[in-house]
Amino acid sequence: MVRAVGGPCLVQDAGRPGHAAIGVGASGAADRTSYGLANRLVGNGPGAAALEVVLGGLEVEATAATWVCVTGAPVPLTVAGRAEPTGAVLALRPGDRLRMGTPASGLRSYLAVRGGIAVAPVLGSRSRDTLAGIGPAPLAAGDRVPLGADGTGELLVDAVPPTSYDGPVVLRVVRGPRADWVADADRLVTTTWQVGAASDRVGLRLDGAALTPAPDRGELPSEGALRGAIQVPPGGGPVVFGPDHPVTGGYPVVGVVVDADTDRLAQLRPGDPVRFRWA
Amino acid sequence: MRLLPYGDRGLLVELAGTAEVVACTDAVRADPAAAALLLDVVPGARSVLLVARPGIPLDRLRSVVPDEMVVESPASRPFRPVRRAGAEIRVAVVYDGPDLAEVARQTGLSEAEVVAAHTGTPWRVAFGGFAPGFAYLVGGDPRLRVPRRAEPRTTVPAGSVGLAGEFSGVYPRASPGGWQLIGRTDVVLWDLDREPPALLAAGATVRFVAVPA
Repeated sequence: MVRAVGGPCLVQDAGRPGHAAIGVGASGAADRTSYGLANRLVGNGPGAAALEVVLGGLEVEATAATWVCVTGAPVPLTVAGRAEPTGAVLALRPGDRLRMGTPASGLRSYLAVRGGIAVAPVLGSRSRDTLAGIGPAPLAAGDRVPLGADGTGELLVDAVPPTSYDGPVVLRVVRGPRADWVADADRLVTTTWQVGAASDRVGLRLDGAALTPAPDRGELPSEGALRGAIQVPPGGGPVVFGPDHPVTGGYPVVGVVVDADTDRLAQLRPGDPVRFRWA
Repeated sequence: MRLLPYGDRGLLVELAGTAEVVACTDAVRADPAAAALLLDVVPGARSVLLVARPGIPLDRLRSVVPDEMVVESPASRPFRPVRRAGAEIRVAVVYDGPDLAEVARQTGLSEAEVVAAHTGTPWRVAFGGFAPGFAYLVGGDPRLRVPRRAEPRTTVPAGSVGLAGEFSGVYPRASPGGWQLIGRTDVVLWDLDREPPALLAAGATVRFVAVPA
């Protein structure tokens, strides 16, 4: 049972790849590493649905005894009023309330519950795609969240060290298929970018410099897109696609963040600095 | 054709035109080896993006790209489309769209001739994208090629039938859009309670039929 929400709280799982031909993107957990870790710690299968919480603020009440784990952005956590660490497997008794404060670093925390969240899947996934409007609606106070039977693994690990998202972020990027559509693609790796305020699961906006369109290129025919793709619209401010990116895009992709590094992108807050280097 | 790396998980197959896109997408989907290598196949207007499963190196994706797709110059060899048995989907349209007169002006046809051209040939779903259930239709009367509107509309009603470039399409739900609108239909293009939810899947044939308002 959800008692209170702070930032957006979405059900997410491993996503629904394979439906691009009907205009539906992959979606899924933005930080797959933290999502997968939380599931493993509570003994869930790899695709079990969990909650993705932006900047904490979530309060949930257990209606049955269960095991939970919070990973990702390290929120101050209490269970029935006791302080508990993130990255630890925690027992909830019926009536216990788990509360998340505001994380000291990072953006997205993951709450996995043993058994997984059992809302009805759409096209094989329980992920909320915020662009397409597919999947379970964002959670609100008063919602009851059904639990599944996905958790049959043993609880082998009590806790892992919490993750910190302090420190400089340098992500690897592969030169994009349309790097020659801008005159100065290398500015991607020589600029210290700032994450823009209008960033979300669709895309991360980067402030700091404008890339110059190469002359006489005209309009690019729409082509497929992937998470991590760095698009440069005519205005020049790059946008890095997140998990809910459009299936196809019409602006040149000048770089693509290495897939493994896109999880770190999901923990960047508006205002955070980020740099890239060619992979 | 060129093969362009798209990060470490994608390979962009650049093609000469939409017909090649349809043929390449069909061929990749028909390849029994593809499922083990690919997470998704994303058709675009002049390209197909192959998305690798985790742990599959991009080099291995080249094996599923059909050889005859490799176009060294725009004067490509003829492709062999994969024939699909599929019913023709009939879409009843009331041709009273706000851009019908403008399309007639730009094409030099009368409004009745625009309608006749739009309904006169079968269209084929080239690829999806933009929104769930939206299908880019190709193969229509070449006289109907018109540019997008200079100023996109902030809201296009669901069921609007539009033209842009070589494409025709129907908006599955209300959204912003820049296509020239020539009519509207009551046909439901996207319904999650239906299997499959998208009425117009890649490869399907569509026939527009004019009906009175």
